[in-house]
Amino acid sequence: MSKPSMLNGGSAAEQRSLPILQTVAPRRRPATPEGAAGARAPAARVEYVPPPLHTRPHAAEIEAWLHEATQTPLLELAARADALRRAKVPGDVVTYIVDRNINYTNLCVTDCRFCAFYRRPKDDEAYVLSYEEIGRKIDEAKELGAVQILIQGGHNPYLPLDWYLGLLRYIKEHHPIHVHGFSASEIEMMTRVSKLPLDEVLLQLHQAGLDSMPGAGAEILVDAVRDVIAPKKIDASRWLEIHEAAHEIGMLTTATMMYGVGEVWEDRLEHLFKLRESQKRSLARGAGHYTAFIAWSFQPLHTEMEGWGIELGTGMDYLRMTALSRLILDNFDNVQVSYVTQGPKMAQLALTFGANDFGSVMIEENVVSAAGTDFIMPESEIRRLIEDAGFTPRRRYQDYSLFEDGDEGCPCCARRGAAALP
Amino acid sequence: MASAVAEELIVRPRDPRLVPIAEKVHAGERLTREEGITLFETDDLLAVGALADHVNRRKNGDRVFFVANQHINPTNICILRATCVFCSYARRPKEEGAYTMTLEEAWAEADVVRDTPIREFHIVGGLHPKLRLEYYEELIRGLKERHPGVEIKALTAVEIAHLARIEKCSVEEVLLRLRAAGLDSMPGGGAEVFSKAVRATIADRKLAAEEWIDVHRTAHRLGIPTNCTMLYGHVETYADRIDHLLMLRDLQDETGGFLTYIPLAYHPDNNELGARLGRQGTATTGYDDLKNLAVGRLFLDNFDHIKAHWIMNTPKVSQVSLHFGVDDLEGTVVKERIYHEAGASTPQGLTFPEIIRLIKDAGKRPVERDALYNEIREW
Repeated sequence: MSKPSMLNGGSAAEQRSLPILQTVAPRRRPATPEGAAGARAPAARVEYVPPPLHTRPHAAEIEAWLHEATQTPLLELAARADALRRAKVPGDVVTYIVDRNINYTNLCVTDCRFCAFYRRPKDDEAYVLSYEEIGRKIDEAKELGAVQILIQGGHNPYLPLDWYLGLLRYIKEHHPIHVHGFSASEIEMMTRVSKLPLDEVLLQLHQAGLDSMPGAGAEILVDAVRDVIAPKKIDASRWLEIHEAAHEIGMLTTATMMYGVGEVWEDRLEHLFKLRESQKRSLARGAGHYTAFIAWSFQPLHTEMEGWGIELGTGMDYLRMTALSRLILDNFDNVQVSYVTQGPKMAQLALTFGANDFGSVMIEENVVSAAGTDFIMPESEIRRLIEDAGFTPRRRYQDYSLFEDGDEGCPCCARRGAAALP
Repeated sequence: MASAVAEELIVRPRDPRLVPIAEKVHAGERLTREEGITLFETDDLLAVGALADHVNRRKNGDRVFFVANQHINPTNICILRATCVFCSYARRPKEEGAYTMTLEEAWAEADVVRDTPIREFHIVGGLHPKLRLEYYEELIRGLKERHPGVEIKALTAVEIAHLARIEKCSVEEVLLRLRAAGLDSMPGGGAEVFSKAVRATIADRKLAAEEWIDVHRTAHRLGIPTNCTMLYGHVETYADRIDHLLMLRDLQDETGGFLTYIPLAYHPDNNELGARLGRQGTATTGYDDLKNLAVGRLFLDNFDHIKAHWIMNTPKVSQVSLHFGVDDLEGTVVKERIYHEAGASTPQGLTFPEIIRLIKDAGKRPVERDALYNEIREW
């Protein structure tokens, strides 16, 4: 993989001079018959053949839960999840975080068929944000009360590890805030570009200022499904390995699932059991762990899979998934709703189906809205929904500690202190 | 929570006030006004839902009814334009966007579905100052001629009373003439909330509660079945809601003429009330939507059917409501106008396969019905 050498450690000004690193604002391309990425011909639908149960990891547990997952009356499942949620989360608190989603690049070579956000390297809509633009977005977000940024982007082979390290140092020096960033598949791209071992990449990122890692890119943690929807993305075991490596150096991460991509219930259950095992290992190591699980359904508009005729996630699916994730992931503390994909009504209902966190009051969101779903709500509306369901809304930080008036920044960043900064 | 019934429940109430209510529901006893209010007050949504589900299964098993229907709104010109402040649909005669379909236009809209298995036309509109009874008679007669197999559910009590007023005749006469033209049943709109104080705030000058009830009583006496509704989520109290349901329950005891009850969610966008309340952009919550459906099922013990309107609740919440006491889903609709003027972001129509999948995916049996709840076919 060739990369422009002048990028190494390049300043923001140098980056802007490179044609590949245009600093254009994200635009949305209208749906074209060619699919999300413009010029490419859409890939034909690949028929998904679910692996037989006996070949799966956790086969016995999957079998034991399959009936539960699909046949238990909805409200019975809900009551069990709700009881567990109330036992785990003290008081009737429902938390949320004020943050901003910053998508530093949309350039991506992984061609996931479910994604409407990415652009191929030669696409004239491909962009990379400069450090200064990212800094400006952070300042705007802090003005509005944000206590973290979620920074994620495409798998961009033209960005060297130094670009990320420089960005993190730049943020911590000039716009200090909790940085929740870089999903496992982006980390993988950094290891490939830098040719450094995973642990080394993670340690350097963490030391440069990466505070925690989001759980994106998990999709369905079953390789047979990934082969159909995201054949070039890291496989399930690598996703888990990267998260556990991040935990090992003390980082907190989250975990996700994108269902409704044509998978079967066995796949969803396998995904949950793999996460539970992974969490068990990380908790045993005693450093970092998964803080939360978030499930959402595939949003098809403008993606290659739009025309595949997949049966999309229904309301029942969402509530069953939420309740099951609470029940199966008994070593996770928090289950988040996804109001961005499910809408405010379903998100509110999920609070009695096992969820205890409303996710983020997002000041910016580009990825899901590129796929045609756009439920963005102000904080006041999120609070109204939480209160209407009989809960007390509380702002939180990334580590789920509660925000108190007069706080001086994120407590987990404060704990890491100056040692984490360059 | 010592009660035997509470022990047996799939969902044991968290709220102890629900235990005696659960016992009454299981014994098939009627709920009081106070018990109804408690059902709205509690935040124990799952327990309320499970009780409603229990009653629904007793009455309807796993069946969920739906109808392939088309909405036709002949006019949006309405003499209540200024006083029904919750409405985003009505226009003054000369106002931008005002329309009145000619008979040919209305028939042409209906013709769009000629080759589809539509079973019902749902016809409602504004109170036009000049459209006479004859227009509606012609409209219905023409539809019946063109689509002999399609049933006609037309004109709310408010429109019927308006026609009686401009024709200077009785409600009974209007209904008889419409029935002669082909009217099969009446929709339940215009009920809003029956409370005088609420009506004075949101729909001053609209048909009063007793008059609305009276139109339906007359229809039932003439053998015309009707639906009924409640528009919730604006200024009404829980007591107002239960008093509303009480009036519906009383009339049902008297006549048995109501087919189904449909709670309607108030939509705050593009109307004066929404602006006055500062509520733009805030629809009713999922909790409130499910509560209204479940309480409707529990309180209206003399109704067979409780209907969810996916246009207002979203298809997702409507699907979930099938486990909260609902056995009836609004149909295919084809092109919804009224709620979309008020900011509804739901689709304007669902296809037949979409509705069937929604129901099956909820673990229920989809039953296609006609306007009178006769079973046409199970899917």
